[in-house]
Amino acid sequence: MILKYLIEKEFRQIARNAFVPRILVAMPLAMMLVFPWAADQEVRDVRVAVVDGDHSTTSQRLVGRIAASPYFELATVAQNYPQALQSVESGDSDIILQIAHGFERSMVEQKFSQIRPEKSHISITANAVNGTKSMLGTAWLTALLANANGENSADVEKNMASQGVVSGLVSTKYRFNPRLDYKVFMVPALMVMLLTMLCGFLPALSIVAEKESGTIEQINVSPVRRRDFVLSKLVPYWSIGFVVLGFCMTATWLVYGLVPAGNVLSIMLFSGIYLLVVSGMGLVVSNHSDTLQQAMFVMFFFIMILLLMSGLFTPVSSMPGWAQAIAAINPLKYFIEVMRAIYLKGSGLRELLPQLGALIAFAAAFNAWAIGSYRKNS
Amino acid sequence: MYSWLGGLLEKMINCLKMKQFAAFVTKEFRHILRDRRTLLILLGMPVAQILLFGFALTNELKNTRLAILDPAPTLVSSRIAERFEASPYFTVAARPTSPQQIDEAFKSGLIGLAVVFQDADIQLIADGTNPNQAMMLTSYATGIIEAEKNAEIIRNSQNISAIYQNGPVVRMLYNPQGRSAYNFVPGVMGLILMLICAMMTAIAIVREKETGTMEVLLVSPMRPIYIILAKTVPYFVLSIANLATILLLSVFVLQVPVSGNILILSAVSGIFVLTALSLGLLISTLVSTQMAAMLASGMGLMMPTMLLSGLIYPIESMPMLLQWLSTAVPARWYIEAVRKVMIMGVDVRFVVREMTILGIMTIGLVALALRNFKERL
Repeated sequence: MILKYLIEKEFRQIARNAFVPRILVAMPLAMMLVFPWAADQEVRDVRVAVVDGDHSTTSQRLVGRIAASPYFELATVAQNYPQALQSVESGDSDIILQIAHGFERSMVEQKFSQIRPEKSHISITANAVNGTKSMLGTAWLTALLANANGENSADVEKNMASQGVVSGLVSTKYRFNPRLDYKVFMVPALMVMLLTMLCGFLPALSIVAEKESGTIEQINVSPVRRRDFVLSKLVPYWSIGFVVLGFCMTATWLVYGLVPAGNVLSIMLFSGIYLLVVSGMGLVVSNHSDTLQQAMFVMFFFIMILLLMSGLFTPVSSMPGWAQAIAAINPLKYFIEVMRAIYLKGSGLRELLPQLGALIAFAAAFNAWAIGSYRKNS
Repeated sequence: MYSWLGGLLEKMINCLKMKQFAAFVTKEFRHILRDRRTLLILLGMPVAQILLFGFALTNELKNTRLAILDPAPTLVSSRIAERFEASPYFTVAARPTSPQQIDEAFKSGLIGLAVVFQDADIQLIADGTNPNQAMMLTSYATGIIEAEKNAEIIRNSQNISAIYQNGPVVRMLYNPQGRSAYNFVPGVMGLILMLICAMMTAIAIVREKETGTMEVLLVSPMRPIYIILAKTVPYFVLSIANLATILLLSVFVLQVPVSGNILILSAVSGIFVLTALSLGLLISTLVSTQMAAMLASGMGLMMPTMLLSGLIYPIESMPMLLQWLSTAVPARWYIEAVRKVMIMGVDVRFVVREMTILGIMTIGLVALALRNFKERL
């Protein structure tokens, strides 16, 4: 019964705080409406600097194709290589395409006499500081160049077919996200990030705030049981988490037209468990800290590592073995997997049983720890 | 005579002031050293982040699990399968016998790519949830299949030169192995310096307000502005220590070299630390509780720094509105400058723009903070 009053106290404290309600409104808005546009690793408009040493019809046609391509932006046509390099160094272009003198002639020779030229007349130099961008950029440019001598390759295909060597063509299909929209990939994971920040940080500050202001002494001398006190700290943030989640899902539907391919109820089930995990984690940190500053920094440290190791920004499968082992004890990783699977792939509970088990174990462990680490006697 | 005496007096007062100032700085250092746990995190955070970003976080593809569906194996299809097994990018995880099994494997997240041999054609089905991964996967897979095709042609053809085409010569500048660490190290530097300077300064000042000890300090003979300045000194020292840690780790552990001039790098970093400190000062004048200072600097500063600075997400890919917004994020200019100086090793004239912008930001922030600063509480 006393639990009811304690929960009421928590809600009043939250509502009365000048800052927390504002954060609770502003964060979800920013996270759902602004960040999906920022959190975009999609590579587009690779800026190309061209050094045309051939000045032929063919090379000019090639430059025209680059300018017209949706993948590229013709940044500059440089006189020579140093000039092009300078434009890379000042950050104005990403890739240098050099067409050497004799490019057209070699193409013609190749077509009529089928003589393989001595050396390649084209060189691509990419700024590889951003690995993904340079890799995709060179791949696209190479593809564009291969298509540019289209007649040639048609001949080759015909040749190959007549010899009966290699069968057929390679076709590509992208499942679950056919338009390859990066936002669709990020939004479910950003929801996880938001829930973690709000429902992890606020509980982390709540018990230690009572320690700093001294009000925890009053709780300690009251007949309130440890379990009830911890629960009263947990329940408000748990329910706030659901409100935030509901808002996020509605906003996602209205703004991005994205609805879960799977069951909404399973999202609710997983979120309910996950909120217990993060709030429990926050309470553990809160119990072990003496000052607000300490709680904040410890929480920052852990949340940052958990976020980075969760597969939110970079895929877990690309990590080395030891890092994957660490990721395996990261609750965020499981919940992000779940949200992406339900939202995009329409996975059901049956496919997500391992994640469910892991999250339940985390929730039980953290909350038991939170109750155990709260001491009434100091 | 009098002027000489006056000068001496002034010198003595200055000396006294310096002593007082030193005493205040010592006091601040004690505050930091007393809280061991926070100190440990302040010093450990850069180490943990550099190691994670350097070794664990990468967009490079490795050992992607693959399913091959080959109802009627031929010589060519089994050769292609062998090539996939030999590739470091893929591991053949499943050999399903029906399209339904592929579907299930995708849904439970067991595979990232499926290769389906249908009569004469080959179909690549990729898990498109992560678009970049998917595009890289299919491009690698196509490369492997093409390689087998070419090998086949060479095996069967007498006139190799007739069909073989010269591809372009490709060179990767600055980061020939395409390692993600080259891209991340400058970002981590920006993030850590921002966190430590701005957030810690703001909290340290506001804590004195909240606990009431600010009153005591303000009635001391020191001018209030020096009290505040004294608070920023330890964090300046701390950030220099962090900067050194990051650079040493990245050079000796991650093998990311400092290809540019270390003096220019230090100058740029120095300006950025000042920007971050003045941002911390400004926040401390705007809020009155520690909780508010933390939430304001934590959420209001860290999130934009992580997302809008080009640390993880390239700014060029953002919509125009966000690109404009990102110009207001100091870390954006710092990270850009560090990438240029440290990784690309460019001349100082290429980073003058970034340094000027950071300088102007600092002056603006200090001016705002001074305007808001109240000598009485």
